[in-house]
Amino acid sequence: MKGSVRFENVTKRFGDVVALKPLSLDITPGTLVTLLGPSGCGKTTTLRLIAGLESASEGRILIGGQDVTHLSATYRAVSMVFQSYALFPHMSVLENVGYGLRVKGMPKSEVKARAEHGLEQVGLKGFGERLPSELSGGQQQRVAVARAIVLEPEVLLLDEPLSNLDAKLRRHVREEIRQIQQQLGLTAVYVTHDQEEAMAVSDRIIVMKNAEIAQEGTPQDLYDRPASAFIADFIGDANLLDVEICRSGQDTEIVLLDRKLTLPVQSAATGAAQMVLRPHDIRLERSPAPDRLPAKIVYAAWLGNTVQYTLATEAGSIFVIAPPQADPFCTGDTVYLAFDPQKVRLVTS
Amino acid sequence: MQRTAKLWLLIGLAAYAVLPWYMVPGGFWSFGWLQAWSADARPALVWALGGHAWLLAPVIGLLGAALALATTRGLALARALVVSGALGLLLMAGQGLAILGNRARFEALDGLTQPGMGAGALLVAAALLFILTTGISGLGRGRGDVFITGMVGAIVALVGVFVFYPMSFILIRAFELRGGAGLGVSEFLPRFLAPDIWSIACLLGTGYCGAAMNSLLLGLATATGTTIMGLAFALIFTRTAFPAKRFLRVLTILPIITPPFVIGLVLILLFGRSGTITEFFSDAFGWEKTRWLYGFWGVWLAQMLSFTPIAFLVLIGVVEGVNPSVEEASQTLDANRWQTFRFVSLPLMRPGLANAFLLGFIESLADFGNPLVLGGNFNVLSTEIYFAIVGTVADPAKAAILSLTLLSMTLGAFLAQRTWLGKKNYATVTGKGDSGQHAGLNPALRWACYALALPWALFTMVLYALIMFGSFVKLWGYDHTLTLEHYRRAFGIVVRNGVHLTGSAWDSFLTTLTIAAIAAPLTAAVGLATAYLLVRQKFAGKDAFEFSTMLSFAIPGTVIGVAYVMAFNFPPIELTGTGLILIIVFIFRNMPVGVRGGIAAMSQLDRSLDEASVTLGASSATTLRRVILPLMGPAILAALTYSFVRAITSVSAVIFLVSARYNMATSFIVGRVENGEFGIAIAYAAVLIVTMLLAILALQLLIGRRKLRRADRLQAT
Ligand SMILES: Nc1ncnc2c1ncn2[C@@H]1O[C@H](COP(=O)(O)OP(=O)(O)O)[C@@H](O)[C@H]1O
Ligand SMILES: [Mg+2]
Repeated sequence: MKGSVRFENVTKRFGDVVALKPLSLDITPGTLVTLLGPSGCGKTTTLRLIAGLESASEGRILIGGQDVTHLSATYRAVSMVFQSYALFPHMSVLENVGYGLRVKGMPKSEVKARAEHGLEQVGLKGFGERLPSELSGGQQQRVAVARAIVLEPEVLLLDEPLSNLDAKLRRHVREEIRQIQQQLGLTAVYVTHDQEEAMAVSDRIIVMKNAEIAQEGTPQDLYDRPASAFIADFIGDANLLDVEICRSGQDTEIVLLDRKLTLPVQSAATGAAQMVLRPHDIRLERSPAPDRLPAKIVYAAWLGNTVQYTLATEAGSIFVIAPPQADPFCTGDTVYLAFDPQKVRLVTS
Repeated sequence: MQRTAKLWLLIGLAAYAVLPWYMVPGGFWSFGWLQAWSADARPALVWALGGHAWLLAPVIGLLGAALALATTRGLALARALVVSGALGLLLMAGQGLAILGNRARFEALDGLTQPGMGAGALLVAAALLFILTTGISGLGRGRGDVFITGMVGAIVALVGVFVFYPMSFILIRAFELRGGAGLGVSEFLPRFLAPDIWSIACLLGTGYCGAAMNSLLLGLATATGTTIMGLAFALIFTRTAFPAKRFLRVLTILPIITPPFVIGLVLILLFGRSGTITEFFSDAFGWEKTRWLYGFWGVWLAQMLSFTPIAFLVLIGVVEGVNPSVEEASQTLDANRWQTFRFVSLPLMRPGLANAFLLGFIESLADFGNPLVLGGNFNVLSTEIYFAIVGTVADPAKAAILSLTLLSMTLGAFLAQRTWLGKKNYATVTGKGDSGQHAGLNPALRWACYALALPWALFTMVLYALIMFGSFVKLWGYDHTLTLEHYRRAFGIVVRNGVHLTGSAWDSFLTTLTIAAIAAPLTAAVGLATAYLLVRQKFAGKDAFEFSTMLSFAIPGTVIGVAYVMAFNFPPIELTGTGLILIIVFIFRNMPVGVRGGIAAMSQLDRSLDEASVTLGASSATTLRRVILPLMGPAILAALTYSFVRAITSVSAVIFLVSARYNMATSFIVGRVENGEFGIAIAYAAVLIVTMLLAILALQLLIGRRKLRRADRLQAT
């Protein structure tokens, strides 16, 4: 199908370094999928394999249903936006944007018209005659996007496209990219190591770790149902508490620091596990109760719309984000942690 | 893949059926073969059906490819193409090597002969090669890029045919037995270890040393001297406020564009037995006139003058490359300027010093012009090789053995350098704009540098002034009346019923310029293409590929000249006496510098630029043309200039390969020197120097103009 991307047990080795363990993935046409993971986990390698800039050591790669494993990058209907933008410094902005059309042999006048339309789409109308070096970082970034989309590629690849922009601009540009992708109905594969960015732009997220996929799903899936402690920690903030599952099934019985708790969540096996507690899902109370953990406030930071606390408990340090209160807690106060058992998740460590 | 393979198949078949297979008299471009089409200039097809049945061999590969293209697809096709291409090439080489011009190599084929391969053979070979590489790309190698695998294949084939193939002749002939008794090892060792190669008698004071010993001693002395001098110049340049730096810079460039033995010549005219200075001291102080110049010291002096600039060029990069912050750090730690230099800067320059030393060593061993002019009884390997070929008793086996000796020395030095530099990387050039100032030299060191370098600069200047002067006097040393006689005889022009170039030098001068002008862009192209492959592409055997392209750098000119004479004097590839062989020898001798320069320049271009181009649908070839080349102006300029200059000034390889029809400037000058016509020789050298200066300027204007509009931002922006 046009615009789909499929990996079948693709591996990539650089000499002895395994950059990608056997990896299979399927990307639905018209969606924006993010490859998310810490630095060095193989995101860029995956992207370059799709582009044809690296060749797979093993496995098959299909784009639009066609086997492209041995097809060179030139002939793949894929465009890429590079982290460094890679604008050609000796060509004007218009020449840059029209480059892909021109090398395809399109007539000059049409190249110009389309390139100008492309610039318009990214809001850079009238900048065509400048050199890339005469643009700001954000503008250069948009030129790179325009250059990639005028080719109407089946798949648009973006490798950390925002990493060279300052924080304020990032949010703006990522919204623009998302809008363009949705307007044109493009399939896009987007690489980032920033989970917030990933959550903000993606239809689906593929989280990678150590050269393989750790989990994939919609942003909400990953947040609500993390499959491992790594995902829980990586997607949104999480407090991880060591627990023991003593009865699994529909309702799970766990032991947390000699307290027995029954949680209305599924779990697979008994044994050591970790309990995921989102900082927003914890309430701080002044009075003790059997299912409340005692804690001491170590640090409190007032941020206007929220108050953030770092607490010391017997189970370790815990981070809490609370709504502002009329009467906030102070460092040294003893408090009691309460949480809604519905919102707790259990993951194996 | 299919389209490319089909195209080459058609070209191959057409060449096989139409173009003359063998070399045709008068050359391909004269198109004389069109008339002789049925005679000597028959295409392979006609030959094969008319007696030369072995010429059916190459077409087997083409037919195999045709069959494959007609019947299979995909991976199977790719494999079939690889097999047919390789088979065709093997068969073609086999028949060429088995049946020579005057005999066959094997008894079974006795009586069969054939001339050297020509245009038809060349195209068929190219077609087979590219069918092979297209197949390889179809197997997914080189990221499946036909252009890349083709380029790799072409360069490997060229280096194989024009470097390894001729060098193998040296290896084989070194084992030749006396009296044409075939090959054997029995004579090799005694001849290889003979005292006239290795004797150390001169060190013991009991006679002359062997040629290898002489070369070795000279090489060490020259390398030491040029490194020290080069360092002194580099320090003056970067660490002092010396006022006339630009002028010094010009002085250090001059020797590079001077034909190698010209300096020797001027030294003779100054310090020879009847040289100006010798005469002066003899008259004024009654000093005895000696022949000290003709020997070790004379050659050493000439080499010092010739090669100091090379050491300087290597060292200035290194000295500038030492991160100023490191020196500043040292000073803030309360080290004084001498201590900073001694304990921080100097150790950081160590790889550069080693580099300069080894380069000086290799250059000195390979030098041919200076020992030829000044050597006297001081025999070095490069001149001995020459005399073993052109001397009264030609002894190719001896030439081969001497060549092997010389080659093993330069190769040893080359390998030592690579291992040494491979291990230590002190580079402190980070690409970040390190601000800060280099520490100045302490006064003692500064004056030491001045004391070494400035008299030397003055001396060089005087020499060049004398070259000019000498070309305008009747007979230097005897009759100093000013005259244009030498220029008239060499470059006379008579205008009567048209323009007639009557000067005796015109022929060789125009040939030299033509050949240099053809060779320079080809050298730059091959060098930069290789650099592109090395920096930007990944393929199996890349290290071996890099090494073999750099190898010809370590092969002294005399050795490659001998090898070419031995290899290309008879079929299958018969090139001696043509202008082509001169062009080829320049390409492969000067290519390594193009490669190095290209690598340096390309490493500074962000790799994502070409990746962006490729993902935008441009082929590798388009990317090279539209993105990489435009950004590589300076490197192209350097490669062009260098190969142009080297083609004009080189003498060692050329002297074996020139012919009456294609004589080169340098060998013409050597001839004049041997006849004692110093005036013409010097006048000619002066004209060459000026020509090269003009050519360099013209190149600068031509290419320098078309720079990036914003040359300062080569990084991807
Ligand atoms: N050309 C290469 N040669 C050798 N190793 C490489 C190369 N490219 C990437 N790697 C290695 O592969 C792994 C994955 O790299 P990459 O895909 O760039 O990670 P990231 O997720 O940060 O983009 C890393 O360990 C990296 O060192
Ligand atoms: Mg990356």
